Amino acid sequence: MSNNFKGIAASNGIAIAKAYLLVDPDLSFTKTTITDVTAEQARVDDALKAASADVEIIKSRAEKNLGADEAQVFEAHLMVLSDPEMSGAFKQKIADDKVNAEQAVKEVTDMYIGMFEAMTDNAYMQERAADIRDVTKRILSHLLNVALPNPALIDEEVVLVSKDLTPSDTSQLDRQFVKGILTDLGGRTAHASIMARTLEIPAVVGSEVATQKITAGVTVIVDGLTGDVIVDPDSETLATYQQKAANYLAQRAEWALLKDQQSVSADGKNFVLGANIGSPKDMDAVLENGSEGVGLYRTEFLYMESDHLPTEDEQFVAYKAVVEKMAGKPVTVRTMDIGGDKNLSYWKLPKEENPFLGYRAIRISLDQTEIFRTQLRALLRASAYGNLWIMFPMIATLGEFRAAKKVYLEERAKLEDAGVSMGEIKLGIMIEIPAAAILADKFAKEVDFFSIGTNDLIGYTMAADRGNDKVAYLYQPYNPSILRLISNVITAAHNEGKFVAMCGEMAGDPIAVPVLMGMGLDEFSMSAPSVLQTRSLMKKLNTVDMKLLAEKALDAETNDDVIALVEAATK
Amino acid sequence: MTQSKDFHIVSETGIHARPATLLVQAASKFTSDVTLSYQGKDVNLKSIMGVMSLGVGQGADVTIKTDGDDEEAAMATIVEAMETEGLAE
Repeated sequence: MSNNFKGIAASNGIAIAKAYLLVDPDLSFTKTTITDVTAEQARVDDALKAASADVEIIKSRAEKNLGADEAQVFEAHLMVLSDPEMSGAFKQKIADDKVNAEQAVKEVTDMYIGMFEAMTDNAYMQERAADIRDVTKRILSHLLNVALPNPALIDEEVVLVSKDLTPSDTSQLDRQFVKGILTDLGGRTAHASIMARTLEIPAVVGSEVATQKITAGVTVIVDGLTGDVIVDPDSETLATYQQKAANYLAQRAEWALLKDQQSVSADGKNFVLGANIGSPKDMDAVLENGSEGVGLYRTEFLYMESDHLPTEDEQFVAYKAVVEKMAGKPVTVRTMDIGGDKNLSYWKLPKEENPFLGYRAIRISLDQTEIFRTQLRALLRASAYGNLWIMFPMIATLGEFRAAKKVYLEERAKLEDAGVSMGEIKLGIMIEIPAAAILADKFAKEVDFFSIGTNDLIGYTMAADRGNDKVAYLYQPYNPSILRLISNVITAAHNEGKFVAMCGEMAGDPIAVPVLMGMGLDEFSMSAPSVLQTRSLMKKLNTVDMKLLAEKALDAETNDDVIALVEAATK
Repeated sequence: MTQSKDFHIVSETGIHARPATLLVQAASKFTSDVTLSYQGKDVNLKSIMGVMSLGVGQGADVTIKTDGDDEEAAMATIVEAMETEGLAE
């Protein structure tokens, strides 16, 4: 019954408007045999020249609308059009095969497109194939004397629907009229997606069926937050989405105001809102969303994205970049957490029956101390450039923490002797194994801070893998058993005057946040796009009320009971 | 006498898009033949399609050759482009 479908959410926001189908003109042709090679080759030259003239115009429009950086791609298009090898190949084909110019252009460009698309390990090059298609269409349109449709002609509010959006399409988009973008092809890193985010136009890409399911003029809802597409909605759905769109705009405006503000409850209690990152590349989002720290830097990506164990200098460069960008705000770096489901291509770990209960994280670091020492030295050197904290993952016993700290102190002493400058470093542990959560009072005397990793803590406490559909129901973050463990950790830390953070998904979960505020958690670290939303939520909540809520939640019986308590308390 | 020089690509994105564009622009200013070699394949450095088809990534070792009347000036310009763009060392 439904014509609704889903694609990849590529640019935030909700658009509701009539569909404008950006369909290609008919660029089909027949392969013919020609006799006048020179004349046919001249047709190619003319078409290339005319296509270049088009792209020059598009480029200058793009420079005006989007800025020089975004117009760069057209510089590449111009170079493709003036590529001596490519035009040589067109002419060679005409001379050798005695085919018409259209056929020669198609065969040669298909060869290049195939070559780029075959680079399956390189998403960037695969998407450059779209650029060549764009250029080819333009050459063919001139050979065939047909006009390409022009998005600049749109003069009413529309959702633009197309197979794929080429850079020359997006550069001509007028934000006043194009309210949403919907495509069959592409991913989050495709041109259409990047342009949509730059222009702040809600977009859903990679839907596969958009151009088949949608006819021109029908009303379409594009939900760029979820990837949902609703075609010809009934009045009730329409009203729901109009409300959602309004809420989103209001929220975005409200959140944007909070970017440079502190994270503070309605009764004036301060919290720290941090962001989780996997690489220095994530820092733009961290800063754009007003994070007050990096609560979790997952260093294993340095190991996983490399083809060798990252050297001390390679690691140092990455760590330094992050602490410098945070300009004095704390950056908590978790030492390598390899094992479990995270493997390295170049260093095979022994196969295990239960990798999540096996050789993993600090257990590897304490066994392969050279790898651990290399990482610690890189961290110690980077600490001179900002406010760096180190935490060890998967600590189960005090003995493990003491052993890790000993290695750390040894490396620190060596660097000190060598005259290397270093910053003060806080040393903490991840709380993700129930054993450490239960014994938190003892740990609290020795560590500088805790960071609760809820994903693993819940998994290990419930003895359930949430990736397994059959037992996923056991992933219950609000189960009072989990809350009691967390509460125990927070109380233990505060009794010793120590700092407690949380860096699992729970930290940005609107159901968990009120309870955690009531328990007195110090830092909440989450994916960067959740930071402003959480700051906004905190502002509305009073810690005195949340303390009462937390007490009730700790005394509740089930996960659902806690959800009900939170909903009642935050209404 | 052909000029030849080896480069180690350090740019995070390898030779893609903007860096490729700049190299091709630099090479195209000269009449000499300019060749880029990577993993046993040679392409015309004046051809953007040729350069991109090599898929030169970070950490790659490439060789550039210039051959013709202005081969020395061509090589100097290419070396300069590599350095100012932080492409190679």
